[in-house]
Amino acid sequence: MTLEAFADTILPGEKRFPDDRAVAGVSTGGGAVASGAIDVLRTEEGGMAPALDALADGLNEHAERYAGERSLPLDDAVPPFVSLDYDHRVALVRELVAADHPEREAWVSLAMFNTIAFDAASHLHTVDALAAGHPGLTTMGYFGPDSDGLWRFPSYSYGRVLARPHPDTTPSGSPA
Amino acid sequence: MSRTESTDVLVIGSGFGGAITAYHLAAGGAKVVVLERGPWLSGPEFDQDFKFGSSTTRVFDFVIGDGMSVLSGNCVGGGSVVYFAAMPRAPRFVFERHGSIGRRMWPAAIDRDALDPWYDRVAEALPVSQQTWDDVPFAGGLFGAACDHAGRTANPVPVAIDHDKCTNCNWMMSGCRFDAKRSLLLNYLPAAVAHGAEIRPLHEVQHLTRTDDGGYRVHYSIVDEVDYRVHVSTGTIDAKIVIMAAGAGATPVILQRSEPHLGTMPHAVGRYFSGNGERLNTAIFDEDRIRDVLGLSRPDGVPYEAYQIGKGPCVATWDQLDGSLPEYSRFSLEQLYFPPGFGTILAQVPDAVGPTWFGREKKELLRRWRSWLTVFTMSEDDNEGVFGPPPETGNSMRLSQQMLGRGALSYTPTKNTLHGWAESDAAVKDILERDGLSRVMPWTNEVVGAYTVHPLASCRIGDDPATSALDDRHELRDHPGIFVTDGSAVPGALTVNPAMTIAALAERAVPGIVRAAQERGVAVRYGAPAPDGSTAGRRGVLPLVTGSTRR
Repeated sequence: MTLEAFADTILPGEKRFPDDRAVAGVSTGGGAVASGAIDVLRTEEGGMAPALDALADGLNEHAERYAGERSLPLDDAVPPFVSLDYDHRVALVRELVAADHPEREAWVSLAMFNTIAFDAASHLHTVDALAAGHPGLTTMGYFGPDSDGLWRFPSYSYGRVLARPHPDTTPSGSPA
Repeated sequence: MSRTESTDVLVIGSGFGGAITAYHLAAGGAKVVVLERGPWLSGPEFDQDFKFGSSTTRVFDFVIGDGMSVLSGNCVGGGSVVYFAAMPRAPRFVFERHGSIGRRMWPAAIDRDALDPWYDRVAEALPVSQQTWDDVPFAGGLFGAACDHAGRTANPVPVAIDHDKCTNCNWMMSGCRFDAKRSLLLNYLPAAVAHGAEIRPLHEVQHLTRTDDGGYRVHYSIVDEVDYRVHVSTGTIDAKIVIMAAGAGATPVILQRSEPHLGTMPHAVGRYFSGNGERLNTAIFDEDRIRDVLGLSRPDGVPYEAYQIGKGPCVATWDQLDGSLPEYSRFSLEQLYFPPGFGTILAQVPDAVGPTWFGREKKELLRRWRSWLTVFTMSEDDNEGVFGPPPETGNSMRLSQQMLGRGALSYTPTKNTLHGWAESDAAVKDILERDGLSRVMPWTNEVVGAYTVHPLASCRIGDDPATSALDDRHELRDHPGIFVTDGSAVPGALTVNPAMTIAALAERAVPGIVRAAQERGVAVRYGAPAPDGSTAGRRGVLPLVTGSTRR
């Protein structure tokens, strides 16, 4: 739940069900969580799986400290980071990924995997992800393949001269 | 325990620097073994798929350093399998650059005129051709039209692509399954194999030691084909000549790790790294303005919405490649497709109220992904990169099974480099924001530092032993018989895509390597035609190699 809330902070989505606490619900359509961020983090290939429990614990410790510094009430029913509202989650993540934060590489890595879930669905074959209406690829308007599962774009060019070439261009087309 | 194998020439890496030298030496009669740390894929094995474990992650390396991350090839064919096949020659002024050393950094023997016959050899071999505007995809056309609207010129760039086979699928970074992209898998490498060269994939070279007869022993690990973090066995091969072509992110690391065995390395090994002054800007276009201001529309009536369609960079503006401008003011701007997988995280939201590279506003930016246009800056940096102590194996501490690692490169841009980036950013804004066409922001350096797909100069050629690791024949100073022919030999940023120059320098290095092999008793001669048997390029360079040629 904590890592879902982090993923939703990176690329937010709409609540999956009315009482969804991890997803803050600040954006329409699916975000990183609905795109499979947790599945991507858990893949054997990604290399993040062994670190996930420690990252979730660390994030909650930072959230407790963050809330304490600001006298923000935390709801004991959910982990501290989940208890923060979206804008506070953003503020804390900005702190953690700042250039001078000693743990920044860990939090940037987590953000990278969350983004990859959204823009590439790296836990799924791309053809299958598109067929299943993957939220990230769909939101981006990623064009699908031909019926054989391969991408081709027979219409690809404006097909006319659109600029003058540089005067110092060699006959073979390189800068002189 | 088996005896150590031996060969005449051992080539480390199979990208441009390795494939070209391996071909010529094998064709000339030498026994050649090529060790490549990545897998050997071809044709249908090149997946159009972002799933972890598909060719997208198998053939790439993304190494995060301090202030600079490097994306490079990791497969048989090296960078040529993952490159976008843009093959311009470096402009004339590049060879006169001073860079951080305050005087000409290239060897006196090399300028554009001297390199042109070697460029010709590469252009014949791949082959390289000039594109027409009919070949240029919508994104390139949009960039060209925007340049023209801003009173600038724009050129379709020369490429190594077979246009009849290209489907404009834009998956070429995962390897081209249609064999439209002229990678080394289609020319130099099969020709090298035909002449007896042996290519061994998943062999990661760790270090070199000396042999009693004045040659070198190459120590390698065999890497698991799925999990590159796992090494399944080790071995050694003795060679009279070693050609290092592991790439600018790995060649200096292997040499650093060899230093306890070979003796002191030249000062420039692992220093003077250049990211080719690279930088990316992402513009979010207003579709209505594309139609109303530039008069563009696709056959289906949509003005653009075509970021995904095409074949990498196709149109560049070279207006700033003006030798009369001061150094660090010269750069090219090139339209580029940067695919998902890592291609969106660094794009920033113009005028963001909250965070620029993640969050609510970033999600909205991604809704308009079809209307993105990426512009690639290649400028003059200051060779600021320095490699720290080498990792235990390879060139990084591998984090994922494939692709992702943490390396020892550190890079702090100087005022000169920052100046070039600022000027190029301003030029991009001037072109792309004119008359409300788009909003544009540079990719952020805050996430993984600066970023290059064209690492250069970490083991460079030059005339001055204090600032170059190699002499002008590419031989490692004080370590005779070791030659470096990859991008690490290029002295500095080129302001254009470097593959053509890396390849031309490798071609130029071959006669000297042949002579060194002959001196060590190897029965080899120089003079092979292009891989397909063409001879025009050979005729062009033979007058330049008298003295090292036996015919």
